Amino acid sequence: MNFASLDLQLLNSCAALLLLVSFAMLSQRRVVSLVNLLALQGTLLCVATLLLAWRTGQHHLYVSAALTLALKVVGLPWLLHRLIRRLQVYWDTEPLLDVPGTMLVGLVTVVFAFGLAQPIAELASTATRNAIGIAVAVILLAFITMITRRKAMSQVVGFLSMENGLFFGAMSATYGMPMVVELGVALDVLVAMLVLGVFFFQIREQFDSLDLHHLESLREDQ
Amino acid sequence: MSGLAWLTQWFEVLAAVALAPLFLGWVNQCRAWLQNRKAPSLLLPYRSIRKLFHKDAVLAEGASPLFRAAPYVVFGAMVAVASIIPSMGTGLPFTSVADAIALVGLLATARVFMALAAMDIGTAFGTLGARREMMVGFLAEPALLMVIFVASLLSATTALPLIAERLATQAPALNPSLAFTAVAFTMVLLAENARIPVDNPATHLELTMIHEAMLLEYSARHLALMEWAAALKLFNYAGIGFALFVPWGVSTGEPEPAALLLSIPVLIGKLAVAGVWLALIETLSAKLRVMRAPEFLSTAFMFAVLGLLVHLLLGA
Repeated sequence: MNFASLDLQLLNSCAALLLLVSFAMLSQRRVVSLVNLLALQGTLLCVATLLLAWRTGQHHLYVSAALTLALKVVGLPWLLHRLIRRLQVYWDTEPLLDVPGTMLVGLVTVVFAFGLAQPIAELASTATRNAIGIAVAVILLAFITMITRRKAMSQVVGFLSMENGLFFGAMSATYGMPMVVELGVALDVLVAMLVLGVFFFQIREQFDSLDLHHLESLREDQ
Repeated sequence: MSGLAWLTQWFEVLAAVALAPLFLGWVNQCRAWLQNRKAPSLLLPYRSIRKLFHKDAVLAEGASPLFRAAPYVVFGAMVAVASIIPSMGTGLPFTSVADAIALVGLLATARVFMALAAMDIGTAFGTLGARREMMVGFLAEPALLMVIFVASLLSATTALPLIAERLATQAPALNPSLAFTAVAFTMVLLAENARIPVDNPATHLELTMIHEAMLLEYSARHLALMEWAAALKLFNYAGIGFALFVPWGVSTGEPEPAALLLSIPVLIGKLAVAGVWLALIETLSAKLRVMRAPEFLSTAFMFAVLGLLVHLLLGA
């Protein structure tokens, strides 16, 4: 009943695994593991891009795969690990929702994302159009990861995971963005990461912790 | 239905009942080897069942008839489940009577009777075990149903033999949804059979025990039946897993002697591998606190639902 070719099957498996990694990030409480999961997500993304490049013969996808490998698998996780060591943040504080609750919210979000992506997938003409729903789900799950965390570090990891989802969405809808845009986004993410790294030190200096609820009050005397 | 089909059906049920303690013994033996302990005999479960059958039964004061009936009901339910599972052939008479949802119902019946019997005496331990068992059960059942629904969607039927037949005959393909549900099923299997991350089958006195706490008041032939039923439950779960995820090797369609004969060594091989696999998981994982069991099972549910969603979206 399923006669799709092997590379499409592998691509679909990559998409399914991306979704799974997003769920793992949603339930993970240790910041170090969160960064490792981010690197795993980047690896899957890189493999998916390579497969797609090989399948469609689009050469610029090889460049984006190399960019993904350099930036998202090696560069950013290394930077994050360094920050974790320097800042001594290994655990997130207790999350706003418990694990089963988060999972249920995540599942509902995935259903919502699939519904949202249905009309887009019908318009797209790529072989991987079914994966658009998964890309939207990865983006929304990263949103939830950011919303349910208190520490700045995990929120940044959520942000990066969201960027991964966007990249995957562009890839499955139109075989990747133009090179200029892709390079621009990659540079943006890198710079954002560096600036946020400086921010972490500033936040900690001010409040003695990376818990972002300190930023919610406006006056100092509260 | 041909006479051969009926003969094979009876052979299949009897083999399941007879082999179940052997499978349990094999899992225990593998576990002992992996943990650098001296392994107990492969036949130890048979010996303890035989020993228990030779003893005189003692009933607690105030035990109702329900308490005495429960072992027979539980054992009967497990035998009924064993007759539905296509462990050797898919064209056998009993296997078309009940579908996979009825199978989950039979397992639930056994659970309810076990919990009721544990509460019947009124001891603290029994009630505690029963409550925990129901907590694990109400979380594990939806996950199991989801696993079965994914397989049903893939094969367009809820009858377990037909699922196995269609999955075995379709073209081999990478299937992320089946992979996810396989993980979910393994987690449900561990939880439902009181294996290590959720319950420890090796202890009789621990505050966190679930399955053993319910059996504390049983003795002699009642206890023997309960333990035999537990071994059969593990065997049945392994059988469901084979039917859903490794359905190759069973005889499909109308039973033929050659295919049926071939399916016996295949089944034994699958059981041997499954035993090693189970022992490995149990050795590598630590027992969870009871209050973490819902987290474990909600992860299983998540895996199953993800399998369903991935199937619906990717069509794979």
